[in-house]
Amino acid sequence: MDPAIERTKLSEFWDSEQFIRIKERIIESLLFLAAFFSIIITLGIFGTLVYESLTFFSRVSLITFLTDTLWTPLFYPPRFGILPLVTGTLVTTGIALAIALPIGSIVAIYLSEFAPRAVREFLKPVLELLSAVPTVVYGYFALLFVAPLLQKFIPDLPTFSMLSAGIVMGIMIIPYVSSLSEDAMRAVPMSLRESAYALGANRIITAVKVVYPAALSGIIASYILAVSRALGETMIVAIAAGMQPNLTLDPREPAATITAFIVQVSLGDLPHGSIGYQSIFAAGLTLFLMTLIFNVVGFYLRKRYRETY
Amino acid sequence: MSDFAKIIKKRKREDLIFNIIGISCTLVGIVTLGALIVDLLIDGLPRLDWQFFTSYPSRFPDKAGILSAWVGTLLVMLVTAVTAVPLGVAAGIYLEEYAPKNWLTSLIEINIANLAGVPSIIYGLMALGLLVYQLHLGQSILTGGITLSFLILPIVIVATREALRTIPQGIREAALALGSTNWQVVRYHLLPYSTGGILTGVIIALSRAIGETAPLVTIGALTFIAFLPPSPIQNQPPYVSFDWLWSPFSVLPIQMFNWVSRPDREFAVNAAGAGLALITVTLTLNAAAIYIRYRMRKKITW
Repeated sequence: MDPAIERTKLSEFWDSEQFIRIKERIIESLLFLAAFFSIIITLGIFGTLVYESLTFFSRVSLITFLTDTLWTPLFYPPRFGILPLVTGTLVTTGIALAIALPIGSIVAIYLSEFAPRAVREFLKPVLELLSAVPTVVYGYFALLFVAPLLQKFIPDLPTFSMLSAGIVMGIMIIPYVSSLSEDAMRAVPMSLRESAYALGANRIITAVKVVYPAALSGIIASYILAVSRALGETMIVAIAAGMQPNLTLDPREPAATITAFIVQVSLGDLPHGSIGYQSIFAAGLTLFLMTLIFNVVGFYLRKRYRETY
Repeated sequence: MSDFAKIIKKRKREDLIFNIIGISCTLVGIVTLGALIVDLLIDGLPRLDWQFFTSYPSRFPDKAGILSAWVGTLLVMLVTAVTAVPLGVAAGIYLEEYAPKNWLTSLIEINIANLAGVPSIIYGLMALGLLVYQLHLGQSILTGGITLSFLILPIVIVATREALRTIPQGIREAALALGSTNWQVVRYHLLPYSTGGILTGVIIALSRAIGETAPLVTIGALTFIAFLPPSPIQNQPPYVSFDWLWSPFSVLPIQMFNWVSRPDREFAVNAAGAGLALITVTLTLNAAAIYIRYRMRKKITW
């Protein structure tokens, strides 16, 4: 056949309605697969954690895991009580939240209700730069700047402490709270504020008694994000809080968190399939479930306080 | 003074007091950021010289450098960008433009929101169990890149959706009325108009990935690497090689972590140097993203 005719026929085929229809179908399916891939990731996470943990729990009983007070999976004799890691995680998270939630909320109220537009447009991105700093850099800062500074006020504070790690973690989390809360508060309709002013309230009363409750659903979302960040934060605690599992609630002591333990084990060269290898998955599953619980509670709180205008 | 005037005065004073509290709380964050940068500059700046960027890690603090670390970071980021961007943008387009309203779509949406809240180290555990040991990808640049790409996928998807959402419905309807297919609307209208927004999201996501340490430590990235991965460009045919994908690696934050956690304080100077290099990259990327967003807001008026 004449090649010119063949080319025309081919281009007729490319332009034919039938081909375009097939092409549209293929593209849509590919786009769907991309979106569906996120579910595969979740299944991968959950499946891996559960699969490896099951082997772990076939060797260590769940009751020992939850009630034993020592966590020494790499020593002899190994002990597998997750409690010291859980207290370490909760204490550092508690310190971080004690800083991030109040300061973040006040910053949000200030930016949304008090600051002039130009100030807000400048301060918000600058504050967000706080979350652009890699956590390993924060770890360095906590260990070599904040800890020595704290030692001037608390003389017997050790170099590694949950206090210094928690404080730096809290400051890192401030922009997560302030940015999201501010967005939520600015979405509250102006008429609500105007009603409050008309009744004689000043700005701060309006902010605390009217705007804050009205935006509570969005603000809780920001608090939940802060809790998730704090629970899962790894490098700051691995560097500045010490790596020794320690069953204590005293923030001045060093202690390992769940995340720090996983990092510590990963740095060594543990054979695949050993009990030490499996223990990081059991620890990881515990952390995953803790974050999940907070998120579910948050989900219901948000629903409970949702306001519609 | 009447009671009324007194009350007004008191109310105004309360506002003033809160103004001061608000400014001081905002300053807490900004002063910390300043202190952190100054601290790094004082400790690390003298260390940043040509030798530091062109040397391998060493047991002598003053001879050590970050060559293998920054090359590793660059290659891992390449894998992350190449996998996360197409996947995330495609998923965003599907959810915003194609997805029917049904249970599967809302399941995917809830799932993406939840993935964004999963601690990064959990992604590392998943990659260790699944990619390293089940799929046998090894403790390689490929595994590292894929792990980080899973981690930033939700950020890319959300950014894409937000960028698409700002495009007025009229644009889509006009194109459809002229006989465009769905894909033609996306390809010739929505994607070009949302490039700025998507780019901002991608840059923020990559800057987050560059600083990630924990997931890469978990999959077994090494802390001491005294060689470079095989070069992607070869001098014999076929000139390109993908052997580097399978190479063991280290990255900047891991190198920094290694130096910080040594009891020998002389290495802290090296850590500060590495931190300075790292923070320069992430802050520059974020500044670029803020600038692009700012330009976009000024340029586009629908």
